[in-house]
Amino acid sequence: MSAPMNYLDGNAAAGELSRIFAMDVTTAEGQCAHCGAIKRFAEAHLYMQAPGVVARCAVCEHVLLRLVSARRHMFLDACGMTYLRLDI
Amino acid sequence: MWRVGTVVAIRDETMTARTIALEVPDWPGHVAGQHVDVRLTASDGYSAVRSYSIASAPSSDGRVELTVERLPNGEVSPYLTQELALGDHLELRGPIGGWFVWRTQQTEPIQLIAGGSGIVPLMAMIRWRAAAAGSAPFRLLYSVREPEAVFYRGELQALSDRSNSVSITYAYTRATPKDWPRPPGRIDATLIATGTWPSNLGPTSYVCGPTSFVENATDLLIVAGHGRESIRTERFGATGERK
Repeated sequence: MSAPMNYLDGNAAAGELSRIFAMDVTTAEGQCAHCGAIKRFAEAHLYMQAPGVVARCAVCEHVLLRLVSARRHMFLDACGMTYLRLDI
Repeated sequence: MWRVGTVVAIRDETMTARTIALEVPDWPGHVAGQHVDVRLTASDGYSAVRSYSIASAPSSDGRVELTVERLPNGEVSPYLTQELALGDHLELRGPIGGWFVWRTQQTEPIQLIAGGSGIVPLMAMIRWRAAAAGSAPFRLLYSVREPEAVFYRGELQALSDRSNSVSITYAYTRATPKDWPRPPGRIDATLIATGTWPSNLGPTSYVCGPTSFVENATDLLIVAGHGRESIRTERFGATGERK
């Protein structure tokens, strides 16, 4: 019996990320720092059960990005991506 | 940036789902397939944010329609489907997302696959194709619990009756109409073979529904020869309510 699948797509984080990024992140291409896969952020697996948002690589499930809002601050950790290429 | 919309119409779609039409000042317009975040704030300051797909076709009149399914233990959907009334205000953020969208410039065949309320963003695409007199070949495979749970039934019927329109295949998972040829069940390889575009036509597929539904449908498409890059997904999560 496998665990229930409870992740969403990177798309679901776009509203929160729009507080930080002026451009649409879902169509941006990011490279996983762990396996090197290059995917659109919309294709990442998104977990929202944590006290924040965790995006994982759709290929290797390595953490790409974490975003936590706590009172007066937002914490963004994107060190799981070697880069993020945004369309301008 | 949050905008305040005013409820201008409410329509029941099924026993548990309703469409909420909002007028939103300064609405920048949307693309078919996008969603919005809705924020409800209680008098004590506690707020909850949920994502809902836009059901209406893009338009320039500042009007947006959301279809919301009521979830038994939902925090937001019971309010939206049972208490919200005409003239009420709702806070919205969006439109959001540029990936799970269909634009009229796309001329390749389009395969839409919906699980339950996953029909909502796909309906925006169908409506936009009709409104813009688009000619891209559209097929919809709509998996739903029972006939009474179908959203937009009359409108889908009318659209599929028109020439050069959307070809629709229903797949019932719990109960079927009388004399329905296929017993109730999940989407399987046979349905994919008979109810969707073959991979050699080079379609783009949009799959929307609960996470397990999306996984199953995506796997079946890949087995049927579709490239992963031709499949776009929008998952609602295990419970159906996106946080």
